[in-house]
Amino acid sequence: MTALPLAADLGAARSQMAFTLGFHIVLASLGVAFPAMMLIANYRGLKRDDADALLLAKRWSKAVAVTFAVGAVTGTVLSFEFGLLWPEFTGRFGKVFGVLFAIEGIFFFLEAIFVAIYIFGWKRLSPWAHFWSGVPLVICGIGGAFSVVAVNSWMNQPQGFSPTTGNVTSVQPLKVIFNDAVPYEVPHMILAAYLVTGFLVASIYAVGMLRGRRDRYHRLGLLIPLTVACIAAPIQFFVGDTAARAIAHNQPIKFAGMECVQQTSTDVTEYIYGRCTSDGVKGGIGIPGFDSFLVGFSTDTQVTGLDSVPPDDRPPANTMLHWAFDTMVGICTMMIALGFWLGLAWLRRRDIPRTTWFLRAVAISGVAAIVAMECGWIVTEVGRQPWVVYNVMRTKDAVTDSSGIWVTLTLILLLYALLGIALVVVLRNMSRRWREEGDTDSDVPYGPSGGVPSEVTP
Amino acid sequence: MSEADAVAVVLWVGATMYAVFGGADFGAGFWSLVAGGERGGRARELVDWAIGPVWEANHVWLIFVLVVLWTGFSEAFGSIFSTLFIPLSLAALGIVLRGSGFAFHKAAHRLKGRSVAERLFGVSSLLTPFFMGTVVGAIASGRVPVGNAQGDPFTSWFNPVSLVIGALFVSTSAYLSAVFLVSDARRAGAPDLEQYFVARAFVAALVAGALAVAGLIALHADAHYVYDGLTSDALPLVILSALCGLGVLFLLSRGAQRGVRPLAVGAVVAVVWGWGVAQHPYLLPTNLKISAGAAPSDTLTSVLIVFGAAVLLVIPSILLLFTLAQRSLIEEGPGPASQPPT
Repeated sequence: MTALPLAADLGAARSQMAFTLGFHIVLASLGVAFPAMMLIANYRGLKRDDADALLLAKRWSKAVAVTFAVGAVTGTVLSFEFGLLWPEFTGRFGKVFGVLFAIEGIFFFLEAIFVAIYIFGWKRLSPWAHFWSGVPLVICGIGGAFSVVAVNSWMNQPQGFSPTTGNVTSVQPLKVIFNDAVPYEVPHMILAAYLVTGFLVASIYAVGMLRGRRDRYHRLGLLIPLTVACIAAPIQFFVGDTAARAIAHNQPIKFAGMECVQQTSTDVTEYIYGRCTSDGVKGGIGIPGFDSFLVGFSTDTQVTGLDSVPPDDRPPANTMLHWAFDTMVGICTMMIALGFWLGLAWLRRRDIPRTTWFLRAVAISGVAAIVAMECGWIVTEVGRQPWVVYNVMRTKDAVTDSSGIWVTLTLILLLYALLGIALVVVLRNMSRRWREEGDTDSDVPYGPSGGVPSEVTP
Repeated sequence: MSEADAVAVVLWVGATMYAVFGGADFGAGFWSLVAGGERGGRARELVDWAIGPVWEANHVWLIFVLVVLWTGFSEAFGSIFSTLFIPLSLAALGIVLRGSGFAFHKAAHRLKGRSVAERLFGVSSLLTPFFMGTVVGAIASGRVPVGNAQGDPFTSWFNPVSLVIGALFVSTSAYLSAVFLVSDARRAGAPDLEQYFVARAFVAALVAGALAVAGLIALHADAHYVYDGLTSDALPLVILSALCGLGVLFLLSRGAQRGVRPLAVGAVVAVVWGWGVAQHPYLLPTNLKISAGAAPSDTLTSVLIVFGAAVLLVIPSILLLFTLAQRSLIEEGPGPASQPPT
């Protein structure tokens, strides 16, 4: 009595994957980049005997612990979904990309251990030994991000296995690990993690300053992550530009979808926003020849159009794809502008800009950075459709034949909504308690359990 | 031993670690759920105190098992997860709730939030081992055919073998955990809690033993291949497990201080390996052999290399953490009050 596969289940499976991945990627970004901010504060605190910086490092380490614990949960869900949603994909290609997850597993395990060691270390280790016990977190964050994003890169540029139809009988792991999309996709995501974390943490302190808490502690809490993010933003622009050019070459149909290029031609107009139709872009701001120029530094460059493949091989939701791409680029541009603003003020007066407009801009930059990153994932994932493994396996052939995904999707939406709310409430309560009652040690997972009072911790 | 067998051994090592460490944690959640009354409150405190920092690291073993399975034996992974969609979804639900309970229980300072987190933690500690057990039962009784959702979505896991093994997983977790908590109570200097968990360890051990016998009967009726394996090649391991279990009962009744924990762990390890030996050379008895379901050689080699690296990197790190944690417990952890509060 195998249940009949319903066409609608593919939609449910894709929605569930998109939602859980979109949720996890925010926590994963914090896991990758937050320890670095924490260590910068820790270093400054030790080197300059700066009590504010040390306090920031201590509190950030607790936020790292909570977000890491929740990220571990959402990450486990993703690993279940590899089988629950996509058994044909994992059943056929797990032997190809699986090693990358095995490597990621080591980094994840070490991260879990060193988060606990760092939290314990505040009291148990000498200050510098404690600082160094945090360094593995930064390395593991980057290593873990590499491993996971390399799997996604491989889905975009599948290689290192044969045959390409039917059962895989031969695998070249190094070709899989260092596939052609790794050089641009991996740095792009690691930088995105630093941007999201930097702007998000800075935005929290910007809100605090807007509410009148303009002490040195808050300024430092704003400046450390904001500086990191503002340095990363222009690098990200350059890496992203390189990535787009590589995609125009490696995945021309994805690029055509991103830019709404219908016919293969030269002298292609670059459209900013606008509606994609089969007759070309309606509305939007057109810059003649600029799309060709961006691809090959000359308006004579030929850009492949969607018409070069049958309709079944084109990505869906073209307008959304195009808007996601433009939004990502637009937000990154504004982040660079924010960096210039800060840089100029710093050069002139060794201070952040005086106007509250600056704090307001920083206050929204955190959410904006998350929006930009989610848009980037929409571009890479929706843009790859209808393929799960580019030009090798279609998403509809990867999905499970078991029914009931609508049930799990509904449940997941509810659960994750609660999880998200609980995470924000808990982090806010922690920060309020720090302000009102000072710091305690036993309020985080991984932390020392302390004595066990019969009541809650004082 | 072939390379595929070596990777299967790695898989079983992961499963063993998860059964022991994850199981003990799930069991702690079970005791925290069923503990009632004033003494129950202190028992929950002891659970909270004892679980400590490696709590969630223990569950990394599950991810380890999943990754080794889908890398080394991709087809088996796809077959298991599509046919057993329902119990695995429910096990995942348990993991989400449990992990959230862990992430928030210390930060939830208001008592109400805290008790919600504890309750979640307890219920989910039941869900996950039970449904994991039904999955193992489905595999052992040959109800997972190769292919995308080729098995029955309900009867594959809703059958006597699966249900008994599900119950066995819950009781084994409770038993392991109670044995660990006896030592923790002693370390915390709380003799009343020591007695409390000795009694519970005793009951849990008897229940687990009875369920193990029931499981053998169910396997005899329904899963001949694995039953035959358990009563021939794997018989020494089955006997070893039974002896360990009896040893635990004996030591507990004598109030012994040493040897209980290793014996309790030994009983679980022997059962996990007994299952593995019994279904060898099959991965999915009797649908897919280890050799037939294994990944290409280069992939298997990579898995073994990564496993070697993991052992070299993770073990020293975890020892460092344990050392720090123990020191911290010794220095600042008086544990629950040695007498019940009056």
